[in-house]
Amino acid sequence: MPSGRVSLFVTCIVDQVFPKVGLAMADVLERAGYQLDFPPAQTCCGQPAFNSGYRESSREVARHFLDVFRDSEYIVVPSGSCTAMISHHYDDIFENDPDMRKRASEIGARVYEFSQFLTEVAKVDDVGARYDATVTYHDSCHALRELKIKDGPRRLLANVKGLTLLEMEAAQECCGFGGTFSVKFPEISGAMARTKMDSIVKTGASTVVSIDSSCLMQLEGAIRRAGLPIRTMHLAEVLASR
Amino acid sequence: MNTAPIKIRETVADPNLQKAIYTATGRLMAHRAGSVAPLADYQDLRTAAHELKRHTIENLDYYLEEFERNVIAHGGEVVFCNDGVEVADFILDLAGKRGAHLIVKSKSMTTEEIDLNERLERHGMESVETDLGEYILQLMHQRPYHIVAPALHLTRYQVADLFTEKLGVENEVVIEKQTKIARAVLREKFLAADIGISGANFLIADSGAVVVVENEGNARLSTSAPKIHIAIAGIEKLIPRATDLNVFLKLLGRSATGQALTVYTSFLSGPRREGEIDGPEEFYVVLLDSGRTKLLANAEKRESLFCIRCGACLNHCPVYRKIGGHNYPWIYSGPIGKIITPQFHGVMQDPWLPFASSLCGACAEVCPVKIDIPRQLLQLRAEISESKSSTERRAFGMYAWLMRHPRLFALSGKLGSIFTPRPKNAGWIRHLHGFISVGPLKKWLQERDLPPPAKKSFHDLWKERGK
Repeated sequence: MPSGRVSLFVTCIVDQVFPKVGLAMADVLERAGYQLDFPPAQTCCGQPAFNSGYRESSREVARHFLDVFRDSEYIVVPSGSCTAMISHHYDDIFENDPDMRKRASEIGARVYEFSQFLTEVAKVDDVGARYDATVTYHDSCHALRELKIKDGPRRLLANVKGLTLLEMEAAQECCGFGGTFSVKFPEISGAMARTKMDSIVKTGASTVVSIDSSCLMQLEGAIRRAGLPIRTMHLAEVLASR
Repeated sequence: MNTAPIKIRETVADPNLQKAIYTATGRLMAHRAGSVAPLADYQDLRTAAHELKRHTIENLDYYLEEFERNVIAHGGEVVFCNDGVEVADFILDLAGKRGAHLIVKSKSMTTEEIDLNERLERHGMESVETDLGEYILQLMHQRPYHIVAPALHLTRYQVADLFTEKLGVENEVVIEKQTKIARAVLREKFLAADIGISGANFLIADSGAVVVVENEGNARLSTSAPKIHIAIAGIEKLIPRATDLNVFLKLLGRSATGQALTVYTSFLSGPRREGEIDGPEEFYVVLLDSGRTKLLANAEKRESLFCIRCGACLNHCPVYRKIGGHNYPWIYSGPIGKIITPQFHGVMQDPWLPFASSLCGACAEVCPVKIDIPRQLLQLRAEISESKSSTERRAFGMYAWLMRHPRLFALSGKLGSIFTPRPKNAGWIRHLHGFISVGPLKKWLQERDLPPPAKKSFHDLWKERGK
């Protein structure tokens, strides 16, 4: 039985818009034998400012994050994008601040995206979940290309009882969210979402699953606008089902 | 221009154009994937190409001189030009001395970059593009849509109508027959041309050779039939040794079109020697700066000069695949265009450009010389955002302040949740009215439904869970 203490960083979007994803993640981690801790002063990782070019603002938020999670053993995040911000890009924003950079790299090494934590740290591929549906998995870009997460979520899904996993053609194509890109270039972003949506529809799956709530917000927004009967679910919600 | 061109909306809304772009780029993606899969050392080749380019760019002064010495040793001449004006002046001066009027040109992005045809035509020269795609575009007075496949956006029916209108031939929709029509016109030009202009894919320092890769044979004809050959290339095209092609040629064809090697790979060094049966009498290599040396000083930005113009980043870019090649402000489109346009022209000329990306990273994943395009985009964004005061900048300042004050963040979330007008069916928001239907919310709702904030945040639910 694995053991240890896990701090949840639920991200700002899960906290404010999709809190059930955070609860599902907590349930799965507890069942896997971990003691949970939720530092209440947590807010955001700073990525929105970083991606928009406001490095000083992103540094301020990053400093807050590093302060809140300074004593955590493991930090588990229901998002590949926010994880990559902390583990990869804090290094960039503190490039002229050796002390903060060192701190960021120490804490960054303890940050895991949720599926990555299950498969790589807890060494669990089967969480004992049951979910009766045909499901297709959307690779979120930062998880796939920065964290190299590809097989883990698929293994976890394949081991869910009652679940059939179908691959879509454009699994690795961006959903078009891209943070502020989605509202700076809505026409392009919306067109990208619809291309992805078409690829999901083609599989015949009833549910699209991702490890990033921001991608799911984009996809579900487009799916609802198109009036399609497709559900979006965060991986944690599928794995918490029994 | 502060904002993206309005044409983006038209391109995205044009189903035929969308299909043409998506299909053509999809085919190129599949070809590339199929051709790199059997290469066991593909990733090592990319690393080697990156390191070779880094080494060359960091020692460019040395290799430029070595290249020049070797070109001269073969009886050719090297001309250094700062910009397009100097290139045109050199060609016009030479043409004047030799009584030349007709130029045949093979495909070259570098000459597109400096509007060479327009510059020469203003002085009474005729400059004919001989690559089929480029020839079609020249007849249409359009710029290349894509670095490698310049007429990617056109259908054969459009080409048929164009040939009928411009060449007076019968409407011909079979592509092979269209090629024959162009070939008949271009053959006459090749035979009559005074000067042949080519680009260069690589310039080899240790042998003074210009390497040109192509599929149609028009570059070989352009560089061997006329009495004068002028190769025009950016200074970043240098590689140290001929043996380095062992790395680059394996990557270029595969990344561009999925070919292990293109149909023709020409090694051109110096004019025709005694006893040789073809080749030009005069051989010039024009080396163009045009903004490149500005990048040399910056250790991060100079990575853009590693580009070998394969076009793979365009094919794999989900944004390029939606907006096509003509919505970018310059001839370099796609992800590479998004970084080199501001780097060459200054970031404030088209400040929207580096932001027109979801930062998905597909470009960096396929770049054969491993240019970290997303990283460069992020740096350009920082340069642009931090250089001016704006509403957005103040908004991010407030965001950062709020995120350092968790209680106020929670309170603002609560207020947002209370005051958001919720749809009666507990679903997502489709319309917003009045004063809140502005800015980002309005832009989001233009394309998608929006989830209302949760009534209870995770913070709230976590407290309840503990009870």
